[in-house]
Amino acid sequence: MNQQDFIRQMPGAESHLHGGTGLAYRLHLDPILLALLLILCAAGLVILYSASGQSMVNVEKQLVRFGLAFVVMFIFAQLDPIVYRRWSPWLFLLGVLALVCVLLFGTGAKGAQRWLHIPGLPRFQPSEFMKLVVPMMVAWFLSSRYLPPSFKAVLGALVIIFVPVLLILKQPDLGTSILIAAAGIFVLMFSGVRWRLVAGFGVLVASLAPVMWMFVMRDYQKQRVLTFLNPESDPLGSGWNIIQSKTAIGSGGMWGKGWLEGTQSQLDFLPESHTDFIIAVCAEEFGFMGVLALLFLYLLIVFRGLIIALNAQDSYGRILAGSLVMTFFIYVFVNIGMVTGILPVVGVPLPLVSYGGTSAVTLMAAFGVLMSIHTHKKMLSR
Amino acid sequence: MKSDRRLKDSHREKRIYVFRTFIAFVFVMLLTSALVYRLYDLQIVNNQHFQTLSDKNRMQLESIAPNRGLIYDRNGILLADNQPVFSVTITPENTKSIEKTIGAIQDIISLSPGQIKRFNKRLKRTRRPFQSVVLKSKLTEQEIARIEVRRHQLQGVNIKAELARHYPFGMDTAHSIGYVGRINEKELGKVDEVNYSATNYIGKLGVERFYEAELHGQVGFQKVETNASNRVLRVLDRTPPVPGINLILHLDTRLQKKASELLGTRRGAVVAIDPRSGGILALVSAPSFDPNAFVTGIDYQSYAALRDSLDLPLFNRAIKGQYPPGSTIKPIIGFGGLDSKVANREFSIWDDGKYQLKNDERIYRDWKRRGHGRINLDSAITQSCDIYFYDLAFKLGVDQMSKYLGYFGFGHNLAVDISEARAGILPTREWKRALKGRAWYPGDSLNLGIGQGFMLATPLQLATATAVIANRGQWVSPVLLKSVADDQGKPKLEAKVAMRYREVESKGLEVENPEDMEFVVQAMSNVMHSKKGTARRSGSRSKYKMAGKTGTAQVVGIKQGEKYDAEALDERHRDHALFVGFAPMNDPKIAVAVIVENGGGGSTTAAPIARALFDAWLLDYGELYPGGGVE
Repeated sequence: MNQQDFIRQMPGAESHLHGGTGLAYRLHLDPILLALLLILCAAGLVILYSASGQSMVNVEKQLVRFGLAFVVMFIFAQLDPIVYRRWSPWLFLLGVLALVCVLLFGTGAKGAQRWLHIPGLPRFQPSEFMKLVVPMMVAWFLSSRYLPPSFKAVLGALVIIFVPVLLILKQPDLGTSILIAAAGIFVLMFSGVRWRLVAGFGVLVASLAPVMWMFVMRDYQKQRVLTFLNPESDPLGSGWNIIQSKTAIGSGGMWGKGWLEGTQSQLDFLPESHTDFIIAVCAEEFGFMGVLALLFLYLLIVFRGLIIALNAQDSYGRILAGSLVMTFFIYVFVNIGMVTGILPVVGVPLPLVSYGGTSAVTLMAAFGVLMSIHTHKKMLSR
Repeated sequence: MKSDRRLKDSHREKRIYVFRTFIAFVFVMLLTSALVYRLYDLQIVNNQHFQTLSDKNRMQLESIAPNRGLIYDRNGILLADNQPVFSVTITPENTKSIEKTIGAIQDIISLSPGQIKRFNKRLKRTRRPFQSVVLKSKLTEQEIARIEVRRHQLQGVNIKAELARHYPFGMDTAHSIGYVGRINEKELGKVDEVNYSATNYIGKLGVERFYEAELHGQVGFQKVETNASNRVLRVLDRTPPVPGINLILHLDTRLQKKASELLGTRRGAVVAIDPRSGGILALVSAPSFDPNAFVTGIDYQSYAALRDSLDLPLFNRAIKGQYPPGSTIKPIIGFGGLDSKVANREFSIWDDGKYQLKNDERIYRDWKRRGHGRINLDSAITQSCDIYFYDLAFKLGVDQMSKYLGYFGFGHNLAVDISEARAGILPTREWKRALKGRAWYPGDSLNLGIGQGFMLATPLQLATATAVIANRGQWVSPVLLKSVADDQGKPKLEAKVAMRYREVESKGLEVENPEDMEFVVQAMSNVMHSKKGTARRSGSRSKYKMAGKTGTAQVVGIKQGEKYDAEALDERHRDHALFVGFAPMNDPKIAVAVIVENGGGGSTTAAPIARALFDAWLLDYGELYPGGGVE
C-alpha cells in the first residue's frame, strides 16, 4: 500500500534531485551541495581574515588547504560506494592499528599524542581518518544484517564504535572521540535500533559517567568541565576563554560591530580566535543576524545531506550518508555550544570556518563520500 | 557469522529510515533552536551587559601625576624644583629570563646586592601584566648611555624618566623647607586615593608637608585603549592634570646661606624674622643633611649614619630644639616689672654678687663674681645683671612673669605654617603642680627671672618674641609663606593660601605706657652700643643702631660654691650661647635669634653671628634705605 507508493515515487524523485545527466552528474558532484560548501568556505575565509589579526598569511594557507580538501572530495566522489563498503572492515582494522601505534610511538603537543610519523609519508592523525571509517564500518556491519538490528548486532556495533573511541580518549582527545562516538551512534539510530535499546543505552551512559570521571578523564578534561559549570571561579585562568568568548558574542548585539571592528577579537582578548573560538569573532563583528545567517547555511547543508541520504539506493549508503551529515551537524552544534557556554570546552573546530587543514580535509572527504552515494545510483542499477 | 538469518526487508528498512530521518530533522531543529535561543539571550537580551564587559576590557583609565608646585624664595630663586630622574626598568613579560637579563645589565652598570634584592621584592608584588619593575633608579648620564648602546641586546629593559623633587641648595634649606619622599602605605591611607593615584612622592617635612595640598595639584586622567597584553594603542580621552601651586616663601636664600656659613661646623640654630610681617627670612639648623638623598630613597647605611650621629643632623633645632632662654628674656621680665608697676625706671639695688631669700640657705649668685655694684633696670639689662632680676622676679612672682612671657609667645607654637614646631615650656604654678607634683617655690621664681630652671624655648620662639619687642609689643605670627606664584615665579596678588594657616592665638599686648617699652628697647640698644654693654664688641662701628640681648644657658647645673670653668668642662657640657636682637632699633627690619650649642658665652659666639646677619640684610642686600636710622 503505502510501501508500494513509496517505491514507485523513487525513480522520479531521483531524476528530479540530481537533474539527470548534467556535467556535474557526470563528474559525480552534487551542484547544490557543492555550491553551499563553496559559499561556506568563502564566508569562513572572510571571518578568518578578521580572526587572524587581519593577516593574509593564515587566509592564504587556509585557501591552499581548501583547495586540497576539494580535490580530496572530488576523488572520494569518484569512487563507487561499493568500494567503500568492501573496504570498510580493512580500513577499520588499519585505523585501529594506527591508533594503537599512536599510543605507542605517537608525537604531539600539550601532553596529547595524536600524530603518527611514518617515514616517507606526511605525518597524520589516525583519529581524523577514523571519523570516516568508524561510521563506514558500523554501516557495513549493520547493513548486511536484518534491520532493525537485533540486540546482539547492536552490541557488536557498540564494540566497533568504542574500541577506537577509547583508544582516542587515551591520547587524550575528548573532542574527536565524542564526534566519532556520535558518528557511530548515528549509524545505529538510522539503522532503526529499537527505542528500548536506546533508552537502556542512555541509562548505561548515565551510570557510566561517574566511572569515566574517576578513571578515564584526565585532570585537564575535568578542569574543563568544572570551568564550564562555573567559569567565574577562575576568571584569569581556565575560565578566561569562555568569559571572553561570551563577552565577544554578547557585545556583538543584533548587527555586530562590523567586519574587522570587533574589539574583543582585534585586541587579542579572545583566545583561540582563529581556531576553535572563531564563531565568537563572527558573532562579535556580524552580530546575531550574522550568526543566524551562518547557522542557516549549515542547516541548508545538513538538509541537503539528509535528502541525499534519503534517496540513497541501499541501506549501507543510506545509513552512512545520514550518519556523516548528522556528525557534521554535531560538529557545528558542539562548537557553537561550547563557545556560547552551554557545553564544556572540548576541542571541536567550527567546520570549514576554523583555521586548520586536517578537519577541513576530513569533512570534505565525507562530503565526497556523500556525493559518491548520491551520483553512483544509476550506474549501479544499470 | 551466525547472526540474524531473517531475510532483509528493504521496504521496511526504508520506511524505518524515513521515520528516523524525520526524527533526525526534529533533533537538528531542536538543537539549532537551543543555539539560537542561547545566542539571542547573549546578543540581544544581555547585549548591554556584555558591551560593558567588552569596554571594560579594552578601555582603561590611566591617571597622570600633576607636576608638583615649585617653591621660590622671596627673590624668585628656586628652592625646590622637579627634575627628571632616570631608572632602568625590566618588563618581565618581555624578557626570556629575568636572571639572565639582570646579569647582562650587571655587566654594563654596577648593581648592589641590595638593589637586586629590592627588585625581586618589587617583582613579587601584585602588578598588572606588562607593567615594568624598577631595577635601579637615579642613573648617571654615563649609565644611561651604556644601557642605551646595548639596548638591542637587552629585551624587556627600558629606561624610565620621572620627575622627582630637587633641592638646589641642598643642606642649606633642608630644615626650612623640608623634603618629599616616596609615599608609604600609612600616608596613602590618609590622602585622597584618587588624587594620589599617580603620585609617587609626598611632603614628609617642613613646607613640603604643611603645604602638601597646595603643592600636589590635581591628578589628570586619560582613557586609553589597550590590547590584552596591556599595550596602550591610543588615547581616547584626556583630562590634563592641574599642576600644584607655586609657593613664594619669605625666606631669603642669601641670608639663609650666610647664616649656615656663620654657624659653620658648630651645632646651633638661627632664626631671622621680618618684624613687620612675621615673615621668616632665615631658618637654619646646623648641622644639616642633604634632603635630595631622601627624595628617591636613601640607602640604609647613609640613613643610619645620619640617625646615629651625635650631632643630630636630622634634628631641626630651630623649631624643635628647646633650650633654657637664659638672660635673653630679661628685657621682657624688665618690661613686666615696669608695666605692672612693680618696678620703676629709677629703682636700684646694690649688687655684691650674691642674693638670698629670707629663710633660705641657698645663695643665688651673679654671673659676675663680685657683682655689679649699684644697678638699676637699664644697667641690669645692659650688663645682664642677675641679682637685679632675682630681686625683680621675687617681687613679680611667677604669675606675673608667666603672663608677660606669654604675651611674647612663649609656651605655645604660634607659627602659622610650621606645624612641627615645639611649644617649649612656660612654667606656671599649675604646670609645676601637674607635672612635678610640687608647689611653686620662690626659688623657682628667681630661676625663671633669669631664664633658667623650668623654662624652655625654641629659637623660633625667641626670634618671635624679639620681633614683638621690635614692634613695641604688637603681636606678629611667624610665617614662611609669602605669596603664591604663577608659572614664571612671579607673585600673584590673589593669594588665598592664608586660609590654610594654622589657627593660633594672637598674643602681644596693648602697651599702656609706650615709654616703658621704649625704655627697655633703649636698654637693649645699650647692650650693643654702650661701654658696659655685654655685646658691645658686636655692636661697635655700625652704620645703624641695633638692640639685642645676650644669653647663656647652663647645660649642667653648678653646685653650690662651685665655680664655672669653661676650659675644664667637657665641650658638650659647656653652656649654650644665645643672642636675640633686632635692627635698626627705631625702624626694625630684622629680628634674629641665635643659639650656638655649647658655645660658651652669648656675647662671644652668638652675638657676632647676629651682627653679621644684620649687616648683610641691612647693608649688603640694601634693605636699609637712606635715612632709615643710619647714624
